[in-house]
Amino acid sequence: MLETVDITSLDLAPFMLSFKLAGITTLILFILSLPLAWYLSQTNSKTKPIIEAVTALPIVLPPSVLGFYILVVLSPNSVVGAFFEDLLGIKLVFSFTGLVVASCFYSLPFMVQPLQSGFEALNKHMIEASYLAGKSKLQTVYNVALPNIKPSLITALIITFAHTVGEFGVVLMVGGSIPGETKVASVAIYEMVEVMEYGTAHIYSAIMVLMSFLVLLSVYIFNHQQKKIGILK
Amino acid sequence: MIHIEIQKKLHGSQGDMLLDVKLEIQKSAFIVLMGESGSGKTTLLRVLAGLERAEGNISVDDVAWLQEHKMIPPQQREIGFVFQDYALFDNMSVEENLLFVNEDRVLAKKLLELTELTQLASRNVKGLSGGQKQRVSLCRAMMKKPKLLLMDEPLSALDPAMRIKLKDEILKLHRTFGTTTIMISHDMEVSYQLADRILVLDHGNVIADGKPDEIFTKASTVKYTLNI
Repeated sequence: MLETVDITSLDLAPFMLSFKLAGITTLILFILSLPLAWYLSQTNSKTKPIIEAVTALPIVLPPSVLGFYILVVLSPNSVVGAFFEDLLGIKLVFSFTGLVVASCFYSLPFMVQPLQSGFEALNKHMIEASYLAGKSKLQTVYNVALPNIKPSLITALIITFAHTVGEFGVVLMVGGSIPGETKVASVAIYEMVEVMEYGTAHIYSAIMVLMSFLVLLSVYIFNHQQKKIGILK
Repeated sequence: MIHIEIQKKLHGSQGDMLLDVKLEIQKSAFIVLMGESGSGKTTLLRVLAGLERAEGNISVDDVAWLQEHKMIPPQQREIGFVFQDYALFDNMSVEENLLFVNEDRVLAKKLLELTELTQLASRNVKGLSGGQKQRVSLCRAMMKKPKLLLMDEPLSALDPAMRIKLKDEILKLHRTFGTTTIMISHDMEVSYQLADRILVLDHGNVIADGKPDEIFTKASTVKYTLNI
């Protein structure tokens, strides 16, 4: 069942694409989620549970459902898709740009929720002390809130990155499998299994397992160290 | 001169009540605010700081901080606030906590000297004792050269020796800068030594207002103060 694989000829492009996608998605989501997470942590508005539920939807929805709706919205037949394609010349389905948009929806809760929990756990008086010091909300988030929720911040960034690397269903539906454009590592593994190239599938999968383990290990080591520093101080 | 005339509905542990306070405060006065838990003391301080909304008027040296429903945000009020739980910026050193408010290094140095914290200037605040943290909090509140210094039970979390030390430092800072101050305290001795005016709040209303001598000899307030 397992054939010999020449490791030097192994195509690593899907991994590079996965990391590029995850990096860009993490950066965009961090910028977009920061105000949302801050708002959710500070508000008592009646709309808060609704926004929280919508934000958490990607966790419970089958990736095919999410992928299907994103495909519908981004297709050139929809208003959004037509706007991007006709006016801006950006094709959103079966393209890398489309994958980034889809990944931002798919990984949104993994960025928002840790940041929100971190902000909610902060001493409310610390935030008020910053306002009383004359600082704006933006200055307070940047200088006081974010530096004091480092474990949550690191968790949000790394888990979002890792989760995006690991996505499969949404990517397949929105991006297909165009080499160098939308064929990410998880899709490449699926294809290898489909054509029964189990040797390559094994190596790809082993790389994914190792990478995911190292990412999670680094998060836990960091958070453990932060706790230790907290106790010692 | 500070003019306060505010009303705010409160839903506290003692049921619904109306915080209804009308006050005139002379410049450089040191007021100690006393009263049972849930009487509205902290809310009054938070309304003055702009951290909570209320109806009415607050003006400081003829500048309106609150006018009916229109309020200016805490950022624009010249307030120093000392929280009971210190609320220091844990990611910063002692000196950085002060300079975050105002980059006046000369003032920061003077405040740290007055409170004997110079040696700890570059230390992270997380490693300090409760008493040291509260002194940093006090210095930080003074960095804005506030027109009004508000302190919410600054001494209650400290041991007796540290309480005496901090009380002396509060007095020293008040004599040096002459900042108009309102401090919440349950401690009769501290109140007697620091205050030139004492207010007793009960169910949202000021039930006693006067010099420490007058307040502590009044039967109604003695009853309250002995109960705590």
